[in-house]
Amino acid sequence: MPAFTVEMDGAIAVVVFDLPGESVNKFSRAVKDEIAALIGQLRNDATVRGVVLMSGKKDTFIAGADIEEFVAAKTEAAFRTLSREGQKFLDELEAFPKPIVVAIHGACLGGGLELSLACHYRIASNHRKTVLALPEVQLGLIPGAGGCNRLPRLIGLRAALDMILTGKNIRADRALRIGLVDEVVSPAILRSVAVKTAAMLAESPVTRKPRGHWFLDRTRPGRALVFSQARKQVLRQTRGNYPAPLAAIEAVRFSLRHGLSRGLEHEAELFAKMAVTDVSRNLVNIFFATTALKKDPGVPPPAPEPLPVARLAVLGAGFMGAGIAVTAAEQAGVTVRMKDADLARVGKGLKAVSDVIQERLRKRSIDRREAARRIAMISGGVDYDSIRNADLVVEAVFEDLEIKRTVLRETEAVVRPECIFASNTSTIPIARIAEAAARPENVVGMHFFSPVHRMPLLEVIAAARTAPRTVVTAVAFGRSMGKTVIVVRDCPGFFINRILAPYINETGHLVMEGTPLEDLDRAMTAWGFPVGPVTLLDEVGLDVAAKAGKVMLEAFGERLRPAIRIDALVSDGRLGRKNGRGFYRYEKGRKAGIDAAVYGLLGVAKASGSGSEAVAERLSLAMLNEAARALEEGVIRSPRDGDIGAIYGIGFPPFKGGPFRLMDALGAEAVVAALERLASRHGPRFAPAQVLVDHARNGRHFYGD
Amino acid sequence: MNVPNGRRVAIISGCRTPFAKAGTVFRDIPAVELARHAARELIARTAVDPELVDQVIFGQVVPSVLVPNVAREVALLPQFPRTVPAYSLNRACASSAQAIADGFEQIRNGLADVVVAGGVESLSDVPILHSKRFAALLVEASRAKSPWQRLRILAKTRLRDLVPVTPAIAEPSTGETMGQNAEKMAKENGISREAQDRFAVRSHHLAAAGHADGRLAAEIAPYFLPPDYERIETSDNGVRADTSLEQVATLKPVFDRKYGTVTAANSSPLTDGAAAVLLMSEDRARALGYRPLAFIRSYAVAAVDPGEQLLMGPAFAVPKALDRAGINWKELGLVEMHEAFASQVLSNIQAFESKRFAEEKLGRTRAVGEVNWDTLNVMGGSISIGHPFGATGARIATTLANEMARRDVPFGLISICAQGGMGFAMVLERR
Repeated sequence: MPAFTVEMDGAIAVVVFDLPGESVNKFSRAVKDEIAALIGQLRNDATVRGVVLMSGKKDTFIAGADIEEFVAAKTEAAFRTLSREGQKFLDELEAFPKPIVVAIHGACLGGGLELSLACHYRIASNHRKTVLALPEVQLGLIPGAGGCNRLPRLIGLRAALDMILTGKNIRADRALRIGLVDEVVSPAILRSVAVKTAAMLAESPVTRKPRGHWFLDRTRPGRALVFSQARKQVLRQTRGNYPAPLAAIEAVRFSLRHGLSRGLEHEAELFAKMAVTDVSRNLVNIFFATTALKKDPGVPPPAPEPLPVARLAVLGAGFMGAGIAVTAAEQAGVTVRMKDADLARVGKGLKAVSDVIQERLRKRSIDRREAARRIAMISGGVDYDSIRNADLVVEAVFEDLEIKRTVLRETEAVVRPECIFASNTSTIPIARIAEAAARPENVVGMHFFSPVHRMPLLEVIAAARTAPRTVVTAVAFGRSMGKTVIVVRDCPGFFINRILAPYINETGHLVMEGTPLEDLDRAMTAWGFPVGPVTLLDEVGLDVAAKAGKVMLEAFGERLRPAIRIDALVSDGRLGRKNGRGFYRYEKGRKAGIDAAVYGLLGVAKASGSGSEAVAERLSLAMLNEAARALEEGVIRSPRDGDIGAIYGIGFPPFKGGPFRLMDALGAEAVVAALERLASRHGPRFAPAQVLVDHARNGRHFYGD
Repeated sequence: MNVPNGRRVAIISGCRTPFAKAGTVFRDIPAVELARHAARELIARTAVDPELVDQVIFGQVVPSVLVPNVAREVALLPQFPRTVPAYSLNRACASSAQAIADGFEQIRNGLADVVVAGGVESLSDVPILHSKRFAALLVEASRAKSPWQRLRILAKTRLRDLVPVTPAIAEPSTGETMGQNAEKMAKENGISREAQDRFAVRSHHLAAAGHADGRLAAEIAPYFLPPDYERIETSDNGVRADTSLEQVATLKPVFDRKYGTVTAANSSPLTDGAAAVLLMSEDRARALGYRPLAFIRSYAVAAVDPGEQLLMGPAFAVPKALDRAGINWKELGLVEMHEAFASQVLSNIQAFESKRFAEEKLGRTRAVGEVNWDTLNVMGGSISIGHPFGATGARIATTLANEMARRDVPFGLISICAQGGMGFAMVLERR
């Protein structure tokens, strides 16, 4: 079945791209060959005076290259060929003697945008689904089909770098403003305007004024300034862990300096170079894993259909509850009722909801009316009556087993029998809570991370008696809230807090050895985490951390015995960032250096630094080893879930691919050797997980063998 | 008025915002937000599936020019599907009572099964108008062909054209304000200052008791005040538990400073607030497992010449409604009269109890009935609780239906006087 069909509209050939058997249009070699042949025919057809190119899919134009096909290329040479072939086709398109107008409705990403850039005129629909972007850097790549060359020439250097280096989505109105498209029209008239425009361009071609600042975007010294600034900013943000943005800057620089033809050649070189980096491999794997997770119902087949959730109730209007409420309203579009014990707490929750929405209003991502509509979706009160028609009840009350059981009983007394009860506990096993339930099959864990509207991960916890339908409903609803969802087994700490526990604990050991606190943070941010462990403790809250430490000690014994007395800090009134006092001092809500008093409170003398690599090795291996244990115990279903969970849940460095990808890259043998060395030096808490020992012995990997 | 095949209509529940004196806590809250709050809480508390709502009807007396159909904005709450039709109506102070009556008619006649009926008023949010001349100049200027021409037209503005026009609560047909007429009624019917003050104090004390024992609080949906949501309004701020006859007696009359008896204390205050009730056909209520508070048995509306005693409408509407219900006054277990002014309530009671009034004005041989003070306005009324014009009818219906359920009385009466010389009466029943 062909992907392209041609309809004649007067003297204009309307080419419709509709990839058979796929929900979105993707670019592949086969697609490229087909359209190249078609374009060749249209060139020779004297009755055709112009061409309109558009999509036959509902709300996407072209979502980019076919990544499955892309990963099949292995060598640098193969990637270079791939890039050169694409460039060659787009060169032909650009040189096509008749005008080609591209009518863009829906997502126009990566190769789709590069194709559009090679056409002669771009019209976008003013639909909210219409977005344009070059997201290649997010996969550790650079645009390799002329994007680095044509984009700066069209919209100016700075605007082009902004798009290429961030990969962010540009909506139609902004695309028009920066010159990325020539016109924006209603989707209803997109085709007819495109046809008319093509006919017009056949008479007189379009000329465009150059875009951008006369100095910064168009002179050599101005551009040099822009490039050096861009490089500095990239290095600051990536700490040198991601080579693709730098390569993209280089591709653009070379192109503007040496012209289109040599620029394209160089772009292909750099593209191929990036494509074979480990970073890109890891990022592409994360992309696949995330995509696969989106289709994973969360239980083994045959998976039941999820129950529809139109009305959500949230018990507990604290920061967490409010975050769940507002995210559910904004993302999943459900109305929400928040319930708490007294009105003042409900008021605080409504305020927290309003804060999130007001922030969007301030950033102009929504308008005043939309803000009012979102606020109206969430109401609050103290009565149970108002939650009795909820489809899903999420409790985010105080972290105490008895309180949670009471709330569960009270909820079951009023709701419909099919209503699902989800606990947002981070430490209490779901089965313990469900012991109080009349319908334990409806009880599940939904462990969100704070702040809920920003943190992308959700752990759904299937307890022993949780029904599969309950699990799939929690997974589906979490996904509709915009979360990446992993299903984990019911055990203390679930997965995320489980692997954090030894990491934080080892931080404690290092502190007790006198390691300067700032060294700990520096070592782990250099290793790739967005924040170091000391900052993380302050963010999480020292009271919460102390409590979690006790739970983990109780569950896992000696190896997780806390090394430092966080209690001493808590009783000194240090709760972390939330009250402006923790390991760090805070001034006006901003971190203002380590508080030296902490050493005294913990009874340690600050020693000189112990070396960044040694610190990073101990901390990271503590986490990797625990991840392996969790997999061995079936806490997570697969290494994939573990990698995605660690990356989205705690900011595990994506360029390392996740704990399991990293262990595979290091090799089980090396990991075991390092753990044994640490165990002999620091104690049996470093004893390697059995699965690692087995893998080391058999030369196996977590992935793909 | 039991029409053949007519269906019984149940009041399932009612809910309202706190009522607040105009210019106080709801000063910055537009009327539409108050209305949406009452309706959203009604939906939440009854847990009714909003998909089942066939119609939303809201009353409002002074609508905002920006939100002329407040009912539709209520129906466009995210809790409702976008497909619930809605209209707003104005029968002055009986507007939300009329909204309930409309809902009753539609359900009884099989045109609807579930109706949200309510009303709202914000007297903190009234439209202020430009003078006629200035408005005309603005319109003319907007049609100007050039900036110069526009400037020339606007240059014709005189200083006094800029004085804004605020709406008064005056009868358009007579120019008389309601207070002036209440004063006239007091004099013509011989209602003393003391009787009025005594009635006002009674209203405050009973309302305070209703708040204290939770009966009034139960019908109020707490209002969390943006932007901080720290201040939470849970009760009516006009109610004064500590007021006394002595205190009230010190106030100067407002409308006739020399010989008058109507004061700010024995009149209802300008108020902001909203109220809504959920109506359902009996069958639907039973199918959904609701236990109705009460059923609507009958209603009637009457009007008198506004040039005479403006607020005597109830004296004519009540006997009509009782006739249609087929019951006597004596059978009423509870009576809720809207308290626009103490003089108006007492004048109407005088008429209900008067054989002569019945003979001369109603063409009846016997008086309508004798008021039992133990069953009249048992939790106070508009003088103490407040009177957001458009919301009062739904507030009274809610209070009455709740109390009928508590006391399990067979019949209850709503009586409301309204601007333009109108009176509204409705009989509720429980069986």
